[in-house]
Amino acid sequence: MEEVCAKFVSQKISKTRWRPLPAAALQPPDLFATGSWDNEDNRISIWSVGDVGNVGLNGEYQGEPQLLCDIRHNGDVMDMQFLDQERIVVASSTGTVTVFRHHQNNQTLSVNQRWEKAHYHVDQDTSCGGAACTGVICNNPEIVTVGEDGRINLFRADQKDAVRTIDNADSSTLHAVTFLRTTEILTVNSIGQLKIWDFRQQRNEPSQIFSLTGDRVPLHCVDRHPNQQHIVATGGQDGMLSVWDIRQGTMPVSLLNAHEAEMWEVHFHPSNPDHLFTCSEDGSLWHWDTSTDISEKPSFLHQGGRSTTYFSHNTINQSVVSAWLSNDPTKDRMEITNLIPNQTLSVNSLDVLGPCLVYGTDAEAIYVNRQLFA
Amino acid sequence: MEELDAEPPLMVVPGADPSARQLCFAWGPAEVLVCETLFGRRGTGEGEPSSSRLFVVRKDQDIYIQTLRKLFNESHGIFIGLQRSEEELAGKSRKAQLVQVSKNYRSVIRACMEDMHQAAISTRDPALHSQYSTQVSILSAMELIWNLCEILFVEAAAAGPLLLRLLDWVRLHVCDVDNMVREVLSSENPSKHELFWNVVDVFVLQGRMDEARHLLSKEASANPASVNMYKILDDLMKKMPVPSLGNTQTLTEMELKWQHWHEECQRYLQDGTFASNSHMESICKILLGDEDAILEKKELMTTWYHFLVTRLLYSHPTVKPMELRFYAQSSMDLFLGGESSPEPLDTILMAAFEFEMHQVIKECSIALSNWWFVAHLTDLLDHCKLLQSHNLYFGSNMREFLLLEYASGLFSHHSLWQLGVDYFDHCPEYGRVYLELHIERIPLNTEQKALKVLRICEQRQMHEQVRSICKIMAMKALRNNRLGSALSWSIRAKDAAFATLISDRFLKDYCERGCFSDLDLIDNLGPSMLLSDRLTFLGKYREFHRLYGEKRFSEAAKLLLMLMTAHIAPCSFWMTLLTDALPLLEQKEVIFSAEQTYELMRCLEDLTAGKSDKQKFQDDDVETMKVEMLRLALARNLARVIVKEGTLEGS
Repeated sequence: MEEVCAKFVSQKISKTRWRPLPAAALQPPDLFATGSWDNEDNRISIWSVGDVGNVGLNGEYQGEPQLLCDIRHNGDVMDMQFLDQERIVVASSTGTVTVFRHHQNNQTLSVNQRWEKAHYHVDQDTSCGGAACTGVICNNPEIVTVGEDGRINLFRADQKDAVRTIDNADSSTLHAVTFLRTTEILTVNSIGQLKIWDFRQQRNEPSQIFSLTGDRVPLHCVDRHPNQQHIVATGGQDGMLSVWDIRQGTMPVSLLNAHEAEMWEVHFHPSNPDHLFTCSEDGSLWHWDTSTDISEKPSFLHQGGRSTTYFSHNTINQSVVSAWLSNDPTKDRMEITNLIPNQTLSVNSLDVLGPCLVYGTDAEAIYVNRQLFA
Repeated sequence: MEELDAEPPLMVVPGADPSARQLCFAWGPAEVLVCETLFGRRGTGEGEPSSSRLFVVRKDQDIYIQTLRKLFNESHGIFIGLQRSEEELAGKSRKAQLVQVSKNYRSVIRACMEDMHQAAISTRDPALHSQYSTQVSILSAMELIWNLCEILFVEAAAAGPLLLRLLDWVRLHVCDVDNMVREVLSSENPSKHELFWNVVDVFVLQGRMDEARHLLSKEASANPASVNMYKILDDLMKKMPVPSLGNTQTLTEMELKWQHWHEECQRYLQDGTFASNSHMESICKILLGDEDAILEKKELMTTWYHFLVTRLLYSHPTVKPMELRFYAQSSMDLFLGGESSPEPLDTILMAAFEFEMHQVIKECSIALSNWWFVAHLTDLLDHCKLLQSHNLYFGSNMREFLLLEYASGLFSHHSLWQLGVDYFDHCPEYGRVYLELHIERIPLNTEQKALKVLRICEQRQMHEQVRSICKIMAMKALRNNRLGSALSWSIRAKDAAFATLISDRFLKDYCERGCFSDLDLIDNLGPSMLLSDRLTFLGKYREFHRLYGEKRFSEAAKLLLMLMTAHIAPCSFWMTLLTDALPLLEQKEVIFSAEQTYELMRCLEDLTAGKSDKQKFQDDDVETMKVEMLRLALARNLARVIVKEGTLEGS
């Protein structure tokens, strides 16, 4: 845990995101972006944790994030995603969606594209009435945004107008969005529903609705398993982690008691999906690890023999599935660690990439852990 | 900075002109609103266009300094840690813990000071530069005071170790001479440098014997003629007894040794061993604690408290904490020599040396421009059980009073309010009331922020505030025509009246448009449907539509009737319900039983009978026709059902 590096930045951090790595890259990520909220002027900042800022002789400064550049942002940063290596899509509480470009040769940020009032109440043209854009997800060049106005927008990075808009897609606030497949998205809302939308259909209705039973606990975040697209994790207002199998049923497969307050973000590790990370308003950040159990299982892969190949593949697959989808995962399959010992204020955002974790808090600090699996 | 707490500081509001216009003001939690007024001057006014302006005057402007936010945030964590720390830890380990906390606070101050220093260097704006520099000096003064308080109060060092701690304190804070030392040491031949002896003196004055001896040995090797003299001085400096930190020697032992050493120095001075070298003679005099000799080096000490510590080192190394006050006072008098009057910092340090804790806090409150310092220091001292029940005539005790002031300042800030919450939590008497009053005044621009504020209130069972926040959010959603959202908020607040209001809006929309909006919400009301009667009706009525849509007519009919007979539906809606019954009555197959038909008829008659003749007269033709059609349909249905039921019974 000593590998964690903290930096106080004098602004409340609402989002932290690693810059994606080029496809063939082997080195760990070295650049991340942060967005702030609830300040008089909010900022998008780009930080470096690589060897650029390697000042100390003994590498003592190596982990300390160095500010490369920043730019003003109008309104709270509600969500943020890298579109590609250079462009960042930012959702604002004013309802505006902005694409910033990071110029790496002279370390500056500039506005690349802006959709004013992509989300709005009542009337888009009146001076007031922007509605907060709560979530954004990118699949270059497509950008999907959702907002407090219950609207879903589909943009293309190079087009001035929205490609598709679903007005009144949800009667309550949409809190987060993620891609399920290239044409399908998942949204979660404030009455505990998970909805699948298919952009191929012209109807402005979700193709499927899943919901938590009973209490209608609002869902705040959603992430999809990177390899097995039917496994979806969501986090709710009560801090509960729900795992859903969207192939079957309308209810979550498992509900795991986790944090004591709102779960703000949930992320499967992109290349190591047996690991899951969640952070919460209660100031904790949990690492869920299901890998231990699988390694102990007898491997069917090496049994050889042509006749068993198909069967063994199937079995392996199932054992991986069951890690997240088994009915009682807490009992013997999952190892859960809290990565923040002295929690105080909310951890608003986290991101994992390779062996690196970055998270930002309301205590105006960003933390980087570069040896996650050490 | 003010010296007297009786004389409040004068603050000039730029732009406001009290000579031309009167000023009026209103108090806020941490701000004052000042505005220009024409009150009382109507007669003399020449009708000049009134351009009255409004000023916001902030009391605690340090809160708005960007770099200091690090200080507030980082110390917040330490503060919380201290409150959570184990009170049970007994004696020594508890003290060690508190000293550690104090050191953590100081390291935060130092880190902030370094950042501020960097900022001062990197800025090109002279105004900003001077602002940063001022902050650096304030922070460094805070750290100086805190460190002294740590030695005297938190650690409460006993005679012996006390002096060692004070020496560390002086070495850490008197850094004006550090540059000189660096310059001499880095020169090619230090012993030839013109400031060489100054550096040796600095080392001796600060009790850094090893470093002084190291330098002297260099000089000695350059002067083979007087090598003997150097050797004697070196020997004296080596032999000087120092108090030990451990329990290896008693105070009496130490005093004996010291006495012996002192006499030896005296002897060498008297027999003129160092007479040939004035530098070395003065060093020997310093070793003997000669006040005049020490005072000669005034420039090298720069401050009276350095003089105090040097004086103690060479004349009273086993000074007891309670004796400090005498030496401190006389040192200050000697050092300042009536030339200059003591500054606020001097007064504060003097109060600390006199163990007047309350005086220290009071002076700091007056001199420093923020509450951060006094609030945290007082809290720490309170945890050391040093501020027993010093009750003020207002508020509860001093710790709480200062914490409340500090936290109120945080709440007036646009984004630091979250820190303030935890400080209020640890004010047992008034914290909650303060929190209740402040939390309601936080602007809620997004739902996420509202959720965060709501969580704070819910964790503390502040039901009134929870209701108020939900209501604000529901109202906002309603104004934006987001009925679904509004309903969610009122369900969360368990606000039945508001849920009824929104349900009525839904029903009205339905009556106007003939279809429901926000079906995804209404279909999933679940148990929250029971919150208000109207909401129950809304949910059930929607259920009726669903059943009807699914062609489950008999179930739909039963539900419809139940809505009226169980008085779930509001009377105003009965006509709509009866109209909804029309298509069911006209279905090919018979749906309503005879008994149900009678019930329906009774409902219709109740509805029409309830209205006075006058009202009836006013009702338009459509209404009358509806009633007529219903009566006809009911009669026909009754006829069919009697036949059908009769037939069934017959067969």
